[in-house]
Amino acid sequence: MPASLTLRAGLLSVAIFAAFIGAWYLATLPTAGSAANVDPEYAALVSGAASEGQKSAFPTPMDVGGTLWEHLKNPFYVRGANDQGVGIQLAYSLGRVLVGYGLAALVAIPLGFLIGMSPLVYRALDPFIQILKPISPLAWMPLALYTIKDSGISAVFVIFICSLWPMLINTAFGVASVRKEWLNVAATLEVGPLRKAFMVILPAAAPTIMTGMRISIGIAWLVIVAAEMLVGGTGIGYFVWNEWNNLSIGNIITAILLIGLVGMALDLALARTARLVAYRE
Amino acid sequence: MTEKPLISIEALARRYPRHGGGETTVFEDVWLPIAKGEFICLIGHSGCGKTTILNVLAGLDQPSAGVVIVDGREIAGPSLDRAVIFQGHSLLPWMSVMGNVAFAVNSRRPDWSKDRVRAHCQKYIDVVHLTGSEHKKPAELSGGMKQRVGIARALAIEPKMLLMDEPFSALDALTRGSLQDEVRRICTETEQTVFMITHDVDEAMLLADKIVLMTNGPHAKIAEIVENTLPKDRSRTNIHKHANYYALRNHLLDFLVTRSKAFTAESGANGYDPKKPPIVRPGARPVAVETGPPEPGHAVSA
Ligand SMILES: Nc1ncnc2c1ncn2[C@@H]1O[C@H](COP(=O)(O)OP(=O)(O)OP(=O)(O)O)[C@@H](O)[C@H]1O
Ligand SMILES: [Mg+2]
Repeated sequence: MPASLTLRAGLLSVAIFAAFIGAWYLATLPTAGSAANVDPEYAALVSGAASEGQKSAFPTPMDVGGTLWEHLKNPFYVRGANDQGVGIQLAYSLGRVLVGYGLAALVAIPLGFLIGMSPLVYRALDPFIQILKPISPLAWMPLALYTIKDSGISAVFVIFICSLWPMLINTAFGVASVRKEWLNVAATLEVGPLRKAFMVILPAAAPTIMTGMRISIGIAWLVIVAAEMLVGGTGIGYFVWNEWNNLSIGNIITAILLIGLVGMALDLALARTARLVAYRE
Repeated sequence: MTEKPLISIEALARRYPRHGGGETTVFEDVWLPIAKGEFICLIGHSGCGKTTILNVLAGLDQPSAGVVIVDGREIAGPSLDRAVIFQGHSLLPWMSVMGNVAFAVNSRRPDWSKDRVRAHCQKYIDVVHLTGSEHKKPAELSGGMKQRVGIARALAIEPKMLLMDEPFSALDALTRGSLQDEVRRICTETEQTVFMITHDVDEAMLLADKIVLMTNGPHAKIAEIVENTLPKDRSRTNIHKHANYYALRNHLLDFLVTRSKAFTAESGANGYDPKKPPIVRPGARPVAVETGPPEPGHAVSA
C-alpha cells in the first residue's frame, strides 16, 4: 500500500540523518598514528591537546550529543564574562538582531514608501542605493567601531545596515508596482492621500514588503555571527570563536546546530506573518 | 429636453507623438451633451478612443484639447459624482465584498456611523443579488459576481453619473444577459445617468436611450447619434418582436461593418458638423436623418 508522501519523506529524512550520524561515527573512530603529520602552522593555531594528536580532535556523535544535552539542561548560567550559558549567548545575538532589524524596518519601510511613490525621489536615491547595497555589512565594522566606540552598538549598526537594503528595495518596488486599476479606484472615490497609503497601497504592497523583511532577517542572522566574532564580548558568534580558542569542537557543533535552529525559527515566524497579509488576485 | 445637459463634452481630442516626429490624432472634435437620466452607449471599433473618452469623463485622463463641462465648470479630476465601473472589475483583492463596497461608501460619507454604512452597503449588495456572499474575498467569486460587486460599489456611492467601460464583455452570455437586465432595472428605477462603452449591438439596443457611433481611428469622430426607437418597456425576451427592431439593428450593424470606415468621404457630401452630429431614428418607416438640429439633443420627430 503506498504510504502518504509526507510519511515517506519523513522516513527518508530519518534515514538520511541516521546515515549521516553513522558516517560521522565511523569517521571519528580513534585511529593510531593519525597525528604523525600535523601541519606545524595548524598546530600553532589550535595550540591545544589536538596538536599532540593522541586522539582524533573531532568529537564523536555521542560526545556532541552529551555536550548538547549539557547545554540544554542549563542554558542560562553565568559564570563570569567568558563562561555564560549558550541560551544567554543566543539571547544576546537575538537581541542585537531584533534591535538592528527593527530600526532598519522603521527606516526602510517609510523611506521605501516615499521612494516608491515618487519617481523623482527614486531617481535621486537610486545611485546611492546601488553603491551602498553591494557593500558587505562587515566592511562597515571598522567605521562603526571608530565612530560609535562601542562594540555592542557597532554590531547592532552592522545588522541595521545589512537589513536595510532588502526591505528598502522591496518596499519601493512593491509600492511602485501597485496595480494602476487599484489606484484608479482610489482616485475615483476621491480617497485622501493618507487613507490611500494605508488602505490601498500598503495592503497591495504588503506581500512584497514581507518578502524583503524575510530576506533581511535571514541576512541579519547570517551576519550577526560574523559580527560577534569580530567584536567579541557576548553573543553566539563570540561563543563560537571562544570555543574555537578552547578547541572545544563539541561546543562549536552545538552552537552551529542552535544557530541553524534559531535561523529557521526566525524565517518561519516571518513566513507566518507573510501569510497573514497575502491575498489572491 | 430643453434643460441644460448634465455633462457636456466639447471639442475633445487626443493626440500622441508619433515615432519619428509628428503626431497621431486618435480622435478629435468630439462633441456630446449628456442629459440627466439618459442612458448613452458608445459604440466604435477597437482603438478609436472610447476608453480614453471615458477616462477623461472620469477625470483619470487629460485630453490633448477640448473640455468636459459639468455643472457649468470644467472637470479638474476624479469625483465621487461620477462612479466608474471598470472593465476588469478592479476590486481590492484583500477586502471582502462588504469591505470593497464599504470602502467606497466610507469615502462618500465619512461622517456616517459604522452601522449606517453597513446597512447602506447591504442594501446595494442585495440589489445585485449577492446576499450571503458579503464576507467572501474577490478571489472566491465568479467573474459575474465580481462584476456585480463592482456595480454595487458604484451604485452605493449614489453618483450623479455612472461610467461603464465594457462592463459585461468578459462574461458568458447567460451571466451577461441577467446582469444587463439588472442594470436596466436599477438604472430605470433610479433614473441614473449612464455613459457606457460596448461592442455589443444587442446590449446597446436593450439598454441605451441613445447610441453614439464613432468612426474608426485615427481622427475618429462621432458619426451620428442613433435614438433608440424601441419602446421603454422593452426586455431581452420581447425586444426582437418589435417592428423597429430589425431596422435599428441593421442600421447599427451597417454602420459598424461598412460606414464607420468610409465615413470621412460620406460626411463631406452631407454637410456634416461635428458639433451637431446627425440624430437618426431608424424605424419601420424610412430612416430619417437630420443634419442640423437647432440644438444638440433637440430634434424634430421624423
Ligand atoms: N501611450 C500611447 N501612445 C500612443 N498611442 C496610444 C497610447 N495609449 C493609447 N494609444 C492609442 O490610443 C487609441 C485609443 O485607445 P483606447 O484604449 O481609448 O481605445 P478603445 O476605443 O477603448 O479600444 P478598445 O475597444 O479596444 O477598448 C489606441 O489606438 C491606442 O493605440
Ligand atoms: Mg477600451
